[in-house]
Amino acid sequence: MYAWLWHHLPGSRATKALCALLLLVAVLALLFFVVFPAVEDWLPFNDVTVDPGSVNPA
Amino acid sequence: MSIRKALTALGELLVTAGVIVLLFAAYELWGTGVYTSGQQSDLHSELNREWASASAAATAPATAPPGSTASPSAGATPTAVPGAVPAYDIKHVPLGSGLAVLRIPKFGSDYDKVIVQGVGTEDLKRGPGHYPGSAFPGDVGNFVVSGHRTTYGAPFNRIDELRAGDPIVVQTATNWYVYRVTASEIVQPTATDVVSPVPHHVGEKATTALMTLTTCNPKYSAAQRLIVYATLDATSPSGSPPVTVLAGG
Repeated sequence: MYAWLWHHLPGSRATKALCALLLLVAVLALLFFVVFPAVEDWLPFNDVTVDPGSVNPA
Repeated sequence: MSIRKALTALGELLVTAGVIVLLFAAYELWGTGVYTSGQQSDLHSELNREWASASAAATAPATAPPGSTASPSAGATPTAVPGAVPAYDIKHVPLGSGLAVLRIPKFGSDYDKVIVQGVGTEDLKRGPGHYPGSAFPGDVGNFVVSGHRTTYGAPFNRIDELRAGDPIVVQTATNWYVYRVTASEIVQPTATDVVSPVPHHVGEKATTALMTLTTCNPKYSAAQRLIVYATLDATSPSGSPPVTVLAGG
């Protein structure tokens, strides 16, 4: 997968590295600002209230 | 060699998935705290502004004709003097907005969390939340506040360390309230009787001013709830903070 990606990045070794870095930053930003905030509400460790139907986020 | 290729791809995918899970853990533990500290500083300045305008309105001479000031609390407080109705009323703070400031001297002098109104997911991301419908600070009844234990700034991370007699200080626009811890317990997430006006006695009429903190237990889990009870010990006007208590006395 990563070898394939490296192979398909354009240019010399230096530009490949730069592109790879940019891709990495883009993926991290997507994870931290979109995916993680969307996912966490489905997970239980933020439940701090007591409520009769509790198990789902309060 | 296609099997070898497939295994390599699978391995890379699994390693990637593992790294993403680790990143998610880092996000929960530290990333969410960054969000909350930003929200808390916004809430602090918002509260300071509102409280300043509320005290200005309260001390201003009642010369304005009744109804001339657009106040959200107008009409809701029939006993208030016309024209002297403060623009800020703790009982009408919208969900997600700041209500009071919580200080727990045991956690250090820099521990000052703005309590927001509401315990919805988004409210609690901003700071500890006041259960709508439970008593307000200083009032007879149960002032219930929930907060995160491990994420979003983890305001209640260490409330398991609170012991009987430890002070919990709540500051509102008008007063300082010093509550003293009386007990703590671990309950099931469905134990809603801990937030009733008289904890464990649903339907009973309250005669004392209590405060109850709820958070999840154990840390990093939501299997149970940790509940800390406190009772009102002292009240002073906003001009005279309980200095010795705040200093850890």
